[in-house]
Amino acid sequence: MKYDRILIRYGEMSTKGKNRNRFVVRLKQNIAKKLASFSNIKIEYMRDRMYILLNGEPHEKVMEQLKTVFGIQSFSLAIKCENDIQQIREAALTAVQQNEYEGKTFKVSAKRVDKQFPVGSSELNYEIGSHILRNTQNLTVNVHQPDIHVRVEVRKDGTYVTCHDVPGAGGLPVGTSGKAMLMLSGGIDSPVAGYLAMKRGLEIEAVHFFSPPFTSERAKQKVIDLVKKLTKFGGKIKLHIVPFTDIQQTIHRQVPDGYSLISSRRMMLKITDLLRKKHNGLAIVTGESLGQVASQTLESMFVINDMTTTPVLRPLVSMDKTEIIELARKIDTHDISILPYEDCCTIFTPSSPKTRPKREKVAYYESFIDLEPLIETAVANTETWVIDEAFTSADEFENLF
Amino acid sequence: MIYLDNSATTKPFPEAIDSFMTVATKYFGNPSSLHELGMKAERLLEQSREQTAFLLGVKPNEIIFTSGGTEANNFAIKGAAIQYRQRGNHIITTMIEHPSVAEPCRQLEQMGFEVTYLPVNEKGIIDIDELARAIREETILVSVMHVNNEVGAIQPIEQIGQLLKQHPKIVFHVDHVQGVTKVPLDLKKAHIDLCTMSAHKFHGLRGAGILYLRNGIRLSPLLAGGGQELQMRSGTENVAAIVAMTKALRLSFAAFEQKAAYLFALKERWIQELAKIADIQLNTPAEHSAPHIINFSLNGLKSEVFVHELEKQHIFVSTTSACSSKKRTPSKTLMAMGVDQQKAESAVRISLSYENKLEEIPVAIHAIQHAIQKLKEVTR
Repeated sequence: MKYDRILIRYGEMSTKGKNRNRFVVRLKQNIAKKLASFSNIKIEYMRDRMYILLNGEPHEKVMEQLKTVFGIQSFSLAIKCENDIQQIREAALTAVQQNEYEGKTFKVSAKRVDKQFPVGSSELNYEIGSHILRNTQNLTVNVHQPDIHVRVEVRKDGTYVTCHDVPGAGGLPVGTSGKAMLMLSGGIDSPVAGYLAMKRGLEIEAVHFFSPPFTSERAKQKVIDLVKKLTKFGGKIKLHIVPFTDIQQTIHRQVPDGYSLISSRRMMLKITDLLRKKHNGLAIVTGESLGQVASQTLESMFVINDMTTTPVLRPLVSMDKTEIIELARKIDTHDISILPYEDCCTIFTPSSPKTRPKREKVAYYESFIDLEPLIETAVANTETWVIDEAFTSADEFENLF
Repeated sequence: MIYLDNSATTKPFPEAIDSFMTVATKYFGNPSSLHELGMKAERLLEQSREQTAFLLGVKPNEIIFTSGGTEANNFAIKGAAIQYRQRGNHIITTMIEHPSVAEPCRQLEQMGFEVTYLPVNEKGIIDIDELARAIREETILVSVMHVNNEVGAIQPIEQIGQLLKQHPKIVFHVDHVQGVTKVPLDLKKAHIDLCTMSAHKFHGLRGAGILYLRNGIRLSPLLAGGGQELQMRSGTENVAAIVAMTKALRLSFAAFEQKAAYLFALKERWIQELAKIADIQLNTPAEHSAPHIINFSLNGLKSEVFVHELEKQHIFVSTTSACSSKKRTPSKTLMAMGVDQQKAESAVRISLSYENKLEEIPVAIHAIQHAIQKLKEVTR
């Protein structure tokens, strides 16, 4: 007998009533994609949990991958056996013995879901616990704070034994909440916003504004690298790269200094919204946090948001910079974000942008220029890349490694 | 040709040479340059770092590319000693280290550091309890090689790591030049802080090496300047050699996956055949030794003449380590193992790679017997 499967417990989606099946199916798809490189595994799913049958695949590696899948509350390595007290005792003992148990404490919690099973749960606890005690050395019982928590569940289809729960990524399966466009600059905030959006089940497509020659190829590469980091959580992600030079230059020429930044932001939002419509999204996600910089005061948000009625989701709005940085480190985007290349946020920044812009004034300044055709061209010339974890833009390097 | 001196250097993989050529001709830009050519070189460098980190099971920002093993060892030892000299001035290493570890330690001694050189037993392995006893309040660095370059003895790195885990102020450096892709070593599991590797020992090209520098450890840079290699090692990066090294590392790990058992079998066979020759005494211990190094003595016969005799048959072996073979000193490791001077002076090293063939053994053995015979006639 040995650990042959991984038991997956769902997150809060187990409360989602009639929609639940959709959530579960989506989670199964997401897990299957994530584990595509392990060709032998099989995924079985039920209403309240999922099992990955390992069929000889290395469980350490599979479990490492599972940690990044949203919609999983926790998972454990499990042994399945028949509903037979002799077998259950053996399975529980094997489960314990595969841990480093010497000098540790344990506890058994048996659960009899299948009420047809003749042995009650407290009797099961006793049977299994004493069997483990008899066959191990230097292992004692502690029912309050055990090092090893042996959980035994007798169900209709068989009995499952687990010893150790690994916390999952939580959240909802990516894709179950619909699609949104993520405005991705290359800074620290926007990738974190994307991560949080995906955690709530959103599928995201990233939009990046590219202003050559003012922003370099390196800035573009940086965004690709960031998206690549996010694909770890969301599978394939589309990245739309919008040529923004003409619009930015036009604004810079026509709109007074203090307002040029706000105006650029408005156009970015407008273009993102057009892309959203084109790609059937229902929301826009940004990395804005309240009061961080000039364009993120409430007044600025009000003026920028004026361009659309589409919901603009700002997952970071209540977070401190230090909290955002901590998350960025956790999802491994921080070190890419801090690379010092000019991006759409840093170039063309006026020395003293208005922190309290007026809607009427922006509209007035913008009324002197006709940005519509420029916006149409930008949308038409947007480049779209599909990025996954193995993506490399430089295929020419392929044979070098 | 039968090449049996793979611990001195290996024959570069043709694939690695191809990568070198392509990068050196097409992507010769300086990775720090702003233009496209510079950016491509930078991408190559970063991709190398990612792949190397992946292969070694560490993070990309823990990989520093150097010019080779000697630089990486010097950097690790002097860099750590200088960085942490406020904490103390005591360093522990072994009596059998490669000169690129031993000499920096001597230099540090001249600068006022104290160095303890741990002895080894007759199998070439240090005593972990002795190491534990040598640790003092002022100890800042422990440097122990994984696989010895002269006899192939494997040090208990994981146990040392466990021991040093209880001394968080001590930096743990491992010279893994001979071991990488031949003797597995989990850098994280062994709690290693610094680890040295060299490209040309695993079929890469000379001029590139790796220093693993665990996150959280700082080193005082040896080479100050433009701040390349994460501000740790200045100097324009040798991108072509680094890319070639990365490829060679991947291929060598793949060879390990497929042929680890084969290499062991090869060594076993060598040892069996060598043991049959009366004038040969094996120095490589049967246990805890690497699958690619075999050291033996010629019963007092001059090993240098022996090397030249075999070379006439296009068979290439080595006296001691390549670095000290020109100095005509008896093998340091053998002396430390308690082998008598005469035996240590007549030591010969055969070092294998995954490229070596079983068919070479009878041919080489025949030549060895012949050479010994000839030497005996001359010297007696």
